[in-house]
Amino acid sequence: MTITTATRSGWQFRRPSVIPGFGLTLGFTIAYLTLIVLIPLAGVVWRTTELGWSGFWEIATDGRTLNALRISFGTAFIAALVNVVFGVIVAWVLVRYRFPGRRIVDAAVDLPFALPTAVAGIALAAIYAPNGWIGQLLAPLGVKVAFTPLGIVVALIFIGLPFVVRTVQPVMEEIDKEVEEVAATLGATRFQTISRVILPGLAPAVLTGFALAFARAVGEYGSVIFIAGNIPYVSEIAPLLIVIRLEEFHYAGATAIAALMLVISFAMLFVINLIQAWSRRRYGYGG
Amino acid sequence: MEVSIRHVRKEFDRFPALRDVSLDIRSGELIALLGPSGSGKTTLLRLIAGLERPTEGAIFFGDEDASHRSVQERNVGFVFQHYALFRYMTVADNIGFGLKVRPGASRPPKAEISRRASELLDLVQLSGLEKRYPNQLSGGQRQRVALARALAIEPKVLLLDEPFGALDAQVRRELRRWLREIHDTTGHTTVFVTHDQEEALELADRVVVMSQGRIEQVGTADEVYDTPNSPFVYGFIGDSSALPVRVEGGQVWQQDRALGLTAANVPDGPATLFFRPHEIELLDGCGGCIAGTVAASRRVAGTRRVELEVGGERHRVEVELPIEHPAASKSRVAFRPRRWKVFPDGHGESHSGIVRHQPEESPPLALTGS
Repeated sequence: MTITTATRSGWQFRRPSVIPGFGLTLGFTIAYLTLIVLIPLAGVVWRTTELGWSGFWEIATDGRTLNALRISFGTAFIAALVNVVFGVIVAWVLVRYRFPGRRIVDAAVDLPFALPTAVAGIALAAIYAPNGWIGQLLAPLGVKVAFTPLGIVVALIFIGLPFVVRTVQPVMEEIDKEVEEVAATLGATRFQTISRVILPGLAPAVLTGFALAFARAVGEYGSVIFIAGNIPYVSEIAPLLIVIRLEEFHYAGATAIAALMLVISFAMLFVINLIQAWSRRRYGYGG
Repeated sequence: MEVSIRHVRKEFDRFPALRDVSLDIRSGELIALLGPSGSGKTTLLRLIAGLERPTEGAIFFGDEDASHRSVQERNVGFVFQHYALFRYMTVADNIGFGLKVRPGASRPPKAEISRRASELLDLVQLSGLEKRYPNQLSGGQRQRVALARALAIEPKVLLLDEPFGALDAQVRRELRRWLREIHDTTGHTTVFVTHDQEEALELADRVVVMSQGRIEQVGTADEVYDTPNSPFVYGFIGDSSALPVRVEGGQVWQQDRALGLTAANVPDGPATLFFRPHEIELLDGCGGCIAGTVAASRRVAGTRRVELEVGGERHRVEVELPIEHPAASKSRVAFRPRRWKVFPDGHGESHSGIVRHQPEESPPLALTGS
């Protein structure tokens, strides 16, 4: 051991490699991230500083702002949770079974990616409205979907579904059939095999899908505004409030809410990443 | 536990993987299913485990018909070639899995499960590795864990599908010896699948030679090597040479020469003579012998293997000569097998040529002098 660059923590600035290009690619990455992501986001924070601390605090603690944030993050969280369950089942069906129309279902999963979200919002609003196809079935039960927070959740489930399915599907395809067979010979029931052997292996992928679906849902605007009803304090989401402030030419007010969303989103994604790192270690990915 | 396979047939989408197979496995026996790929040996193993259902026939565990029992109910230990360990569980959790998934009443307490796991780790000589994950182990260690996991449920039968196939030669030999020891200690009825005849002959009490969905022969290593009952077994087990011949009145003829070999109980007509390259005696003159010209020769450890072209049609056979024999190219060698077997050609099939079994680690053949 005459040459050693590794530090005790195992972190290393640069590993010697036969493949060149570290400097070039890292430089490109930083330049790209700066231009596309960091400078615009810094602009948001910079515009917000025009308000001064007290002005910012006033907007941040305003009831309408707080409610909009609560609705945005709350509905996004619920929608992502639903998508985790729903998406894993869809992925399971697509990976495990061969049935007529499988390719069509597989392709249909991507539709929410391709469709302008406004179209989805209008379609969902029409169907779930009290006089719509599904809405009129739910109305007698006292369930109102369109123009309530529940409607927002439905729209967010719609746009978030592909994220979970597409992150879980490839990992699920890698599952070794022999592992399931071994579990069966050891006496595990089908349910025990799924819950104890298969799902732990999917956990990191499921978490990634959750994070993506959640992040996408927090930022969603187009589909939600058609189905939400947009009643302040009840079903008004934060992105809409930002647009309202912009239309009032209250730019600093808009960026203040944006900055708040930025901080909360970053914190939540950071926590999800930590959980993910923990689960990878927990389930022996670390090596 | 005795296992009895009765007239089992298995088809996959009309493709027959097993055709009318019957086999009795004795309690406490270590038995090998040996055959080339596609012979149905793995299918048979999976049928015993319950991972496949027979198209026809029945499988008995002792006196009980297990054919319609589910995999979970059969209580078999199964070890796959590629280990199939649960990668998200520690070694101890892997071994304890079969006990942990038992329904409430029959599930041992946690402390008991971990005690069992340590005990089994001792048995497979991996003490102290409880906390490791499978990807932190070598191939040989993983296969030991897989075996410990299978043994943890006290299986009625232990089934191993090419258990050493993914390991390198050194580890394979070591694990072979070790598996025999484990078998002798625990006394489980054990069935293992292999395409490696050396492994089967060395390890098993009895060898089941399979080909094309049928059992060709069942016997001890000595029986299948010394008295093969079919051309396939003769060719498959050990090195052999085959020569097309003709039987007339119990005498073996090659074209117009009598070979000086008898073939009792073989009907007159075309047949195939089988012998082992090392079971021959060299002769000087040739009145009643096989004679051929040297076509190729190669050195194998302490002996020389020589390919001879015999007769007008130049059938190639292989014989083993002492190293000092001056077997130059084109020179003539006369010999007579000391042990041989003649199989009448049925259904137009005929056999000729040389079958060599190379240890897998040796380099490809280099023929010289041809």
